[in-house]
Amino acid sequence: MDFTFTDDQLTFREAVSRFLMTEAAPERLREIWETDTGRSPELRKNIAEQGLTALSVPEDCGGLGMDDVAWALMTQELGYYAIPDSLADAAYVAAGLIAALPAGTASREDWLGRIADGSIRIAVGHPVNPLVADANPANLLLLAHGDEVHAVPREQVEVESNASIDLSRRLARVRWAPAASTLIAEGEAGRALWAQTLNRGALSTAGQLLGLAQRMLDLSVDYVAQRKQFGKPIGSFQAVKHHLADVATKVEFAKPVLYRAAYALAHGEAGADARVSHAKLICGDAAWQAARHGIQVHGAMGYTWEVDLQMFMKRAWALDAAWGDRGFHKARVADAILADGAALGPGHTFEE
Amino acid sequence: MDLAYTPRQKAFRAEVRAWLTANLPAEPLASYDTREGFEQHREWERKLFDARLSMVIWPEALGGRGCDLIEWLIFEEEYYGAGAPMRVNQNGQLLLGPTLIEFGSESQKARFLPRMASSEDMWAQGWSEPNAGSDMAAITSKAILSADGSHYVVNGQKTWSTRAIFADWLFGLFRSDPASSRHHGLSYLAVPLDAPGVTIRPIQALNGKQAFAEVFFDDVKVPVDNRIGDEGQGWHVAMATAGFERGLLLRSPARFQYTARRLVELYKSHRDVADRDPGIRDAVLEAWTGAEAYALSAYHTVGRLAKGARIGAEASTNKIYWSELDLKMHETAMRILGPLGELTGDAPAAVEAARWLDGFLFAQAGPIYAGTNEIQRNIIAERMLGLPK
Ligand SMILES: Cc1cc2nc3c(=O)[nH]c(=O)nc-3n(C[C@H](O)[C@H](O)[C@H](O)COP(=O)(O)OP(=O)(O)OC[C@H]3O[C@@H](n4cnc5c(N)ncnc54)[C@H](O)[C@@H]3O)c2cc1C
Repeated sequence: MDFTFTDDQLTFREAVSRFLMTEAAPERLREIWETDTGRSPELRKNIAEQGLTALSVPEDCGGLGMDDVAWALMTQELGYYAIPDSLADAAYVAAGLIAALPAGTASREDWLGRIADGSIRIAVGHPVNPLVADANPANLLLLAHGDEVHAVPREQVEVESNASIDLSRRLARVRWAPAASTLIAEGEAGRALWAQTLNRGALSTAGQLLGLAQRMLDLSVDYVAQRKQFGKPIGSFQAVKHHLADVATKVEFAKPVLYRAAYALAHGEAGADARVSHAKLICGDAAWQAARHGIQVHGAMGYTWEVDLQMFMKRAWALDAAWGDRGFHKARVADAILADGAALGPGHTFEE
Repeated sequence: MDLAYTPRQKAFRAEVRAWLTANLPAEPLASYDTREGFEQHREWERKLFDARLSMVIWPEALGGRGCDLIEWLIFEEEYYGAGAPMRVNQNGQLLLGPTLIEFGSESQKARFLPRMASSEDMWAQGWSEPNAGSDMAAITSKAILSADGSHYVVNGQKTWSTRAIFADWLFGLFRSDPASSRHHGLSYLAVPLDAPGVTIRPIQALNGKQAFAEVFFDDVKVPVDNRIGDEGQGWHVAMATAGFERGLLLRSPARFQYTARRLVELYKSHRDVADRDPGIRDAVLEAWTGAEAYALSAYHTVGRLAKGARIGAEASTNKIYWSELDLKMHETAMRILGPLGELTGDAPAAVEAARWLDGFLFAQAGPIYAGTNEIQRNIIAERMLGLPK
């Protein structure tokens, strides 16, 4: 029993954080926000060169073969630096789905290799999300038709952009027609792939929400330490302190829930759905509170376009409902814990 | 990360479970806030001790079993999962115990710890005074060293001392340098409560029982050997204790997971009425998610401790988390019980002999004792987030 990360995993996270700190500074994000596509080929190239697109790709396809547990750390960094959806969606969520296809499935190895080297953008259209993130710049879309999984080239779909308050999110309604040529899985296998994909998408979002919460907390701590009123830093006032202490507490208790969910997913545990939903709920809650308390302690500055807080806040508001909103995830938790004979209470945190 | 228990850990769990199944009292014990219940609990503690299950994390030589913290968590899961009695001597065992292990002399450890593990000695805490609550550094009770250096003469008053009217000993802070102020010049003493000059006056608590007491000291002689740590270093020694209290040991996750399980059961058996209030289902789900998060955090912390990390100011997040969770769970139970919630234990129509009401009353104190939650928030803001004083 060891519910901690290895030194290697933690060192890797550190390295990713240092890389993104320079590559994805807030000024840079603002520039990208203002572009039509909302995407920067240059940032994308640097990220791929750093190997981040190859993390989930199996080793025999040119990747690093990292599991969900390592992604629980990675996604926090992606959230902390507000990296757009396209990276995690392709390098983690889509890579996971494609890697789970039977070896020998046409194009499987090709797609995985291209995810790893960053030369393909894949968007994922899971039915839980009414709109598809990054459908427009994608080369390939993974789309659902009932239980069927289709891999559809961008030219075969029509996309209609739908603007989000979070300018880092580029959402679209996708129109397409299923064809035999695009079908890659169906029936039981398709259903299992979509179920797993939903959990990966939710876990990825949960990790990003937690990273966003931490970022908003850090921004707020910096702000209240330097802003003065009544002759002292506002961070010395107890009402301000307590707002931020509450955020810190939420963030502290969300972390291990995220890690437990990642492990459940990586190990195909029967109770993984409820664990993932728990993580999504608790991380979303931490992020929303970090946003609310964050804007409060910033005063009017927090209500401006100019102060960076807004970018992280908007992303937190949006991601909270992505890959299953609260109602969806609460229903899954309820299904698990209100079921007859559910294994609850002391001693069931790691075993049925 | 490896979330499988080892064969040794599984065997330990099985052993604890089997022992509890064979030895749990057939009837619930009386409240330990009464003399009768207190003595029943003392007997139960003796039984645990004889099975070497009283203080599993203490070294064997001191009456423990030398378990690591994962095994301790397992023990707690089995203990609370079985609905076993509350631990009557835990303020001594969990607060003074670790302090003695860290700061006590060899002879103090031998003298105090085994008798504490067996509950032959029951311990009360003496921190608070009428004018030193949250501001514990305002302590004025004095302990002045005698001219020959053999003993302290203690004068003053402590208050809110839990179960002190039944206890054998009291530990706490006293001002040993009368010229000192605040955190300086305090010494940490163990005072026998049967010493001449000690007067204990019970205070009736919210539940109507004599759950805590005022303790008056009138020229009480306390041997210098009863000082734990160095003269004048009491604050430092006490802070270590307070850290443990706020931290893991005092409120193990199993206790709240057990309450959460009971709450889910209560809800399921009262859905016809409970579902009329749409907020209740949500609160029930949050009981499970909250207790589970607390347990996961404990396992994560224990793993980090095993790798050499130390619990710092983040211990304060624990205190806030469990006390608010406990309160929320009991509030939810009261909402589910509706008009039956107010009924006390001897009311024939009471549900589960008013166990939820008892818990609800005690949960009111959680955000107050062991350092109020406002004080914890100050600590988090200043020491964890680095905000200015
Ligand atoms: C059930 C129970 C058992 C207890 N057992 C023991 C025991 O065994 N031994 C013992 O020594 N003590 C014990 N206590 C006492 C406990 O430690 C104190 O109640 C606690 O430290 C708070 O002190 P106080 O009651 O004087 O409240 P006060 O300090 O008067 O506080 C009242 C309110 O003011 C707030 N406040 C005070 N100062 C600040 C500040 N700086 N910033 C923000 N808010 C502030 C508090 O948070 C609280 O909300 C027990 C208390 C209870 C309820």
